[in-house]
This record gives sequence, structure tokens and C-alpha cells, in this order.
Amino acid sequence: MSDVEEEVMKVVPVRREVAVDVRELRKEFRRKDVGRRRGKRTRVALDGVTFTMERGETVAILGQNGSGKSTLLLPDGGSARIFGHDAVSESRAVRRLVNRVSVEASFFKKMSAAENLGYAARYYGMTARQTKDEIPAILGRVGFPADRRNEPMENLSRGMQQKVALARALLTSPVLLLLDEPTTGLDPRSKLEVQEFIREIRSLHDSTILLCTHDLDEAEALAERVGILDRGALLALEPADDLKRRYGCGTLEEAFFAATGRAFEAEEDEDDDREVFA
Amino acid sequence: MRALVSTMRAELVGAGGVVERNYYLTKRYIWWDVAWFLWTVANTLTIVFIAKGIEASGGTLDVNTTMTTLLIGAVVWAYLGILFEFLMETVAWERWEGTIEYTFMAPLSRAMHLAGQGVFAILYGLLRATFLFCVCAFLFFNLEMPDAQYFPAFVVLLVASISFIGIGMMMSVLPLISPEKGTQLGFVAQGTLLVVSGVYYPVSVLPEWMQWIAKISPATYALDGIRGAILDGEGLSAMWDDIWPLLVIGVVSVPLGLWVFARGEQYAKKHGKLKRSG
Repeated sequence: MSDVEEEVMKVVPVRREVAVDVRELRKEFRRKDVGRRRGKRTRVALDGVTFTMERGETVAILGQNGSGKSTLLLPDGGSARIFGHDAVSESRAVRRLVNRVSVEASFFKKMSAAENLGYAARYYGMTARQTKDEIPAILGRVGFPADRRNEPMENLSRGMQQKVALARALLTSPVLLLLDEPTTGLDPRSKLEVQEFIREIRSLHDSTILLCTHDLDEAEALAERVGILDRGALLALEPADDLKRRYGCGTLEEAFFAATGRAFEAEEDEDDDREVFA
Repeated sequence: MRALVSTMRAELVGAGGVVERNYYLTKRYIWWDVAWFLWTVANTLTIVFIAKGIEASGGTLDVNTTMTTLLIGAVVWAYLGILFEFLMETVAWERWEGTIEYTFMAPLSRAMHLAGQGVFAILYGLLRATFLFCVCAFLFFNLEMPDAQYFPAFVVLLVASISFIGIGMMMSVLPLISPEKGTQLGFVAQGTLLVVSGVYYPVSVLPEWMQWIAKISPATYALDGIRGAILDGEGLSAMWDDIWPLLVIGVVSVPLGLWVFARGEQYAKKHGKLKRSG
């Protein structure tokens, strides 16, 4: 590539395939009130969230507990297209393309890592013959000791369980990976290992990653763009440096404060209900 | 056409995954199941001993026939308990382990998911029911069944299982509606179904309004058919009067069960009841 071409490439953004295109996402939870305020209450967890993601891009969504981060992955209104497929009318096709790692390592705790991965792969149409070699290989790649493959999950550390969760997600070769606070509660070493593996997934598999987190450093380290979600509304979505520049701040935490008017770690009483639902 | 075959294959593999998972879980909890089986044997014995008690207190009856009649009722009760238990666990256990959101997100239709759950429940239930019948009939009471036709009895139970699974699907939404109390309500359904179906007595002794309900209960025809095969040596052709209503009820109850489950799933998502904390 010539010097001129290099300069042009820096200025003109490369157009990549649109992986995620969501418009006006909404999520409401209804709850019966008890006590003095009897009746049904509706809480809005997502309020008209719109954004797009390109193939291979990692986007982090920041928000306090109860801000609607997790429900972003389970909307019940608006439109969402994943690699051109409508999330509602073509939900089966979409579900084949997507996998998820949540904050809690969701496993049958009495079953082993190999058993958990095995049955989960069947849900994606993978036969026992297909997973026979694939499961040991993928567990090996996340650094899972071979001699513990058949041990019940309940005997494993949280960090180890989270690695198995990543292996399970990767086993089905997802083109869109939803990570819901994947390193929350991990010790620093496990956290770094999981983050390293996420980078590897991105570089080797060209996966598009939507990361919901309240870890500012993690968001900055892993994502190309960072979104700020507050009370169900997406206030901004741009590269971390642009966010800091836009709000005239030196850190992402300050930018978050400037955008929302609240400190990142602050918990307000009025958010209590949201947290119950979200 | 190729896409349809591929989808059907993936669905069958997925349903196989549910069976595989239940096999692993049953294996891990086998000693709890042994303990539970002992309770079932004890419960069955208390019912079958009633016939001996009546004789001992001066009543006149054919003890062998009455004991066999009671035993069949108790075994069907236990079998239905196993089916409902597995189907109720579709939601309850997964919710407890925190896997339900992951499962509901997988590209496996709910029909095949529940079918996998039902197939394992039937296989395991038949095994347990056969064992219970043999232990009580031949080990404890040495009952005589000279005319018994076991194959037709199995066929009737299998055909009835389709309807039981349909009803079980409807029941399995209860833990979605009430995570705390929903599972227990399964026992209410089991009891109600059997009380109108002549579990330990002829339907003719029931009040007329209960006899009307008995006509739409699959357990009525299952109990009648099995008793006919074991006590009177009826073959399959003689049992057609029991089999066709079971087929009709099955054709209605399975789609109805799927519809009710879909509504329950929608409700749970809307009200944030898929999470472990409730």
C-alpha cells in the first residue's frame, strides 16, 4: 500500500458489514404492588435504544446496576436485525448466530464441564460425534485442566466456571457474542485471563461482541466503542477517547458522571425498583 | 427441502440433548432417586395392605384381585408423579441452576425441548413403574395374575403418556408464574386427575358430576385398560375402547400444553421471572 493510500485509509473509514442494527428497543417489566400502593406498576428498563454494530466490532455498554444493561439482551419491543435477519420473525436463524456468557456461570452444578458443554452443543444441532474432539480442544484452549473435565462444576472456582462458560459459547461458533458482565466477581488473575481470551475470540473468529459491564477499565481495554446507558436510555456511543473529549474529561469515569449527572458507583434509592426487575 | 431436513435433524439432535442432560442428572442424583423409590414402595404398600386389612376385619372380598387393583392404581399414581415431576422441572430446576435464560435463547423449538423432557420422563417413569410393580406384586405380596397380558398394559400406558405429557406441559408453567409455590401445585393436578379417574375404586362410585370429568381424564382410560390387561387378560383389540379416547385426548392436550407453555414463557419474560432470585 502506498503512502497516499495509507493516508486515505486513515481518513476514510472502512465500511464493514452491519452485524447488529437495533431500532427503538424497549423493555418494560410489570409488577404487582403490595401494601399501600396496590395495583400494577410498569417500569421501563429500555426506552427507545437505537444503535448499530459492524462485523468484528466490540461495543461495551456501561451502566449502573439496574440501568438496563442486561435487559438490552432481552428486549420485548422495537426492531432488531442481526446479520440481516429479523430477530422476531427469523428468531431461529438469529439464535443460531448468537451465544451468550452471563454474569452468573449458568450450569448444572452436579454435571461436569464436558457434560454441560455436550448437552448445550446439542441444542445448537451439534451431534456427539461432532463434539467428541471439539470439547476437549476448546476446553484446552481456555486453559481448562484436562484432568478436571469430568469433575462436577460445583467443585470448580468461579474463574474456572467462567472459562467453561466462554468455551461453551465459543463451541457453537457464534458470530455475535453477548457478554453480560463476564468478569464480575473474578479474582484479578482470572479476570485478566478471561479478558485475554475475549481478545483472542475477537481476533481469531471475527466475532462481533456486545459487552455489558460496569467495569470501566474493562470497557476501555476491550471495546472499540463505549456506550453509556442510563435509566434505559443510551446517552452516547463512541470510542472511549471521543467520549472523554466530548465531555472534556480525563477519565471514562468522569465522562460517565458528566453524561449522567451521577457518580458511576452511586446507587440511588429511586433505582431500587429497577434493580429488582433488571 | 434440504433446509427443512437440516432443521428437523437439528431439532431432533436438540431434543436428544435434553434426554442426554436428564440422563446425566439422574446419574448424578441416583442415590436420592433410590431413597425416593423406597418412599414410593412404602406408600404403595400402605395402599395395597388395605385389602388385607378389610379381610382381617371380617370383610368379604377377593383379596388377590383387590390387591392387584389397588397396586395398579398406586403404580399409575407413582408413574404420573414421575412424569409431572420431570416436566415441572423443565422450568423449576433450570431456574434454580440459572440455566433457563441460556436454554430459552438456544435455537431449539419449545416443542422439541418439551418433547425431549417428555421422552426421558416416559422412559425413566416406565422403568421405575415396572420395578415398583414387580417389587410389590412378586416380592412382597406374591400376587397371582394368571391371565395378565403385560404388553397391552404397556401399550395403554404409553398411549396415555402422550396425554399425560400434554397436561404436564400445562402444569410446567406454574413455576414460571410462581417460582416459590408453582412446583407444589403439580401435586394438586396429579391428585385431582387421579381422584376422578378411579385410581383405587370404580368410577361408578363417584358422584355424577365427577363421572363427567372422568370421561375427559386420560387416567380413567389408562387405569381401565391396564386393569383389563392385567386382571382379565384383555388383548389390544379388546382395549380399543380405552385406546381411542386416549389418542383423542392426546391430540388435543399436547398442542394445548404447548400453547399454554408459550403463554407462560411470555408472561415470565414480561415480569422478569426467569432469574433465580425471582
